[in-house]
Amino acid sequence: MNKFGFNIATTRSINLDSANLSKSAALQELVPSYRYCIGCGACSATCSAASMTDFNIRQVHFKFSRGQYDGLVDELNKCMLCGKCVLVCPRGVNTRALIINMRKLLEE
Amino acid sequence: MGAGPAGIEAAAALAASGCGVVVFEKNERPLSNITDKACLFPNFESADTVAAQLLAKLSHPNISLQCGHDVSCITSAGTDPAAGWRVDDESFDAVLLATGYTTFNAKRKEELGYGIYPGVHTSLELEQMIRNKEIRNSISNLPKRIVFLQCVGSRDEKTGNHYCSKLCCVTAVKQAIEVKKLLPSVEAYVFYMDLRMWGQHYEELYRTAQQEYGVKFVRGRISEAGGTFDGRVQIKAEDTLLGLPLRMTSDLLVLMVGMESSDGTRRLSTLCDICGDYGFAQSLDPHLRDNLTPRQGLFVAGACKRPMTLTDSVVDGRSAAFAILSAADNK
Ligand code: SF4
Ligand code: SF4
Ligand code: SF4
Repeated sequence: MNKFGFNIATTRSINLDSANLSKSAALQELVPSYRYCIGCGACSATCSAASMTDFNIRQVHFKFSRGQYDGLVDELNKCMLCGKCVLVCPRGVNTRALIINMRKLLEE
Repeated sequence: MGAGPAGIEAAAALAASGCGVVVFEKNERPLSNITDKACLFPNFESADTVAAQLLAKLSHPNISLQCGHDVSCITSAGTDPAAGWRVDDESFDAVLLATGYTTFNAKRKEELGYGIYPGVHTSLELEQMIRNKEIRNSISNLPKRIVFLQCVGSRDEKTGNHYCSKLCCVTAVKQAIEVKKLLPSVEAYVFYMDLRMWGQHYEELYRTAQQEYGVKFVRGRISEAGGTFDGRVQIKAEDTLLGLPLRMTSDLLVLMVGMESSDGTRRLSTLCDICGDYGFAQSLDPHLRDNLTPRQGLFVAGACKRPMTLTDSVVDGRSAAFAILSAADNK
């Protein structure tokens, strides 16, 4: 059948009705301080990996919290677990524990 | 206790109603937290003018001002709660705690380089520079760029201060405008986590800063500052709205230091058993009994309770005077 070059495009928006938030909920249990993040970007600013790669820890854990897990495993492998991000967080989020547990949950 | 805006306003209102008032001030001069400012937000009124108007209220014959008197002892005058109070060697029917705030010690945020790099200053130091109309860092001459960082010592788990200091947001906007007025060619940046323009005309001031003065706002918290070989400051942040790391060099980095309870507030509120969160004095409840304490004849007003603007402190001082008079009527 001739489709005249048309395709069905997938939406770019996050659909919180259909998003699978189970891993994000599990992460909140494992790392309770995850809930306090205000997205200030201090972790991503200080991140050792971010100075050499396009890794953005803040975006990664925001995507995780919205159930957008695609591609996160590769992203998280850029982190070297140095823990600098934990030192600067004004909300006391244990970002290092967050990363370790995100990896675990994504492997499940 | 305390000749700041709340204490002075309360003293004036009580004196006008015929009470005899003694105002104890630990510093040599009253209103030190106003006289160190250049202009006040949001209308750029001269701080000296406002201070002079407040001071004039103290020249009532019923008021005795005792400067340089750091109160060391407050006790109830007897076992009967209605017996009144003794402050050092004098007796009073009522005591008003108006011992105010102090600013956060920026050296505690070592990663921001205050006291290490010459280009890093506190907002109080910048205020002095604005007062003297001389803005420069200690090495380079006239600055080409100035960066403000919000929430230093406030909203920060690492310093133990979870609260918002309420007035540093609008102060940064005010100072950025003042700097641009003095040095129109300066590039001014404000790094923020949230901009809290809650008061009347604050939002308009923010807009004026963008519209008329070209102040630039970046949403991201500066994670660290370092020195450059030529005495400037290099900062790192994330431009969170773009999701990209950001670096820049600035002649000056101004840390918007938050408000903490003053030593006097901590000491005296502890002595009277009303020391609350973060060492601030605690009122009976924040809605309808905000000048009362669990102790009869002991009242609280102003920034000894929580971060407060000058305007709010004055209003609160007046309301404390009213609470004191009503309590006396009911006695
Ligand atoms: S530093 Fe803390 S509060 Fe800021 S974005 Fe990172 S995790 Fe969130
Ligand atoms: S632990 Fe990972 S995310 Fe945190 S600063 Fe180090 S490399 Fe970056
Ligand atoms: S007023 Fe603004 S700068 Fe000050 S603590 Fe609150 S949010 Fe931060």
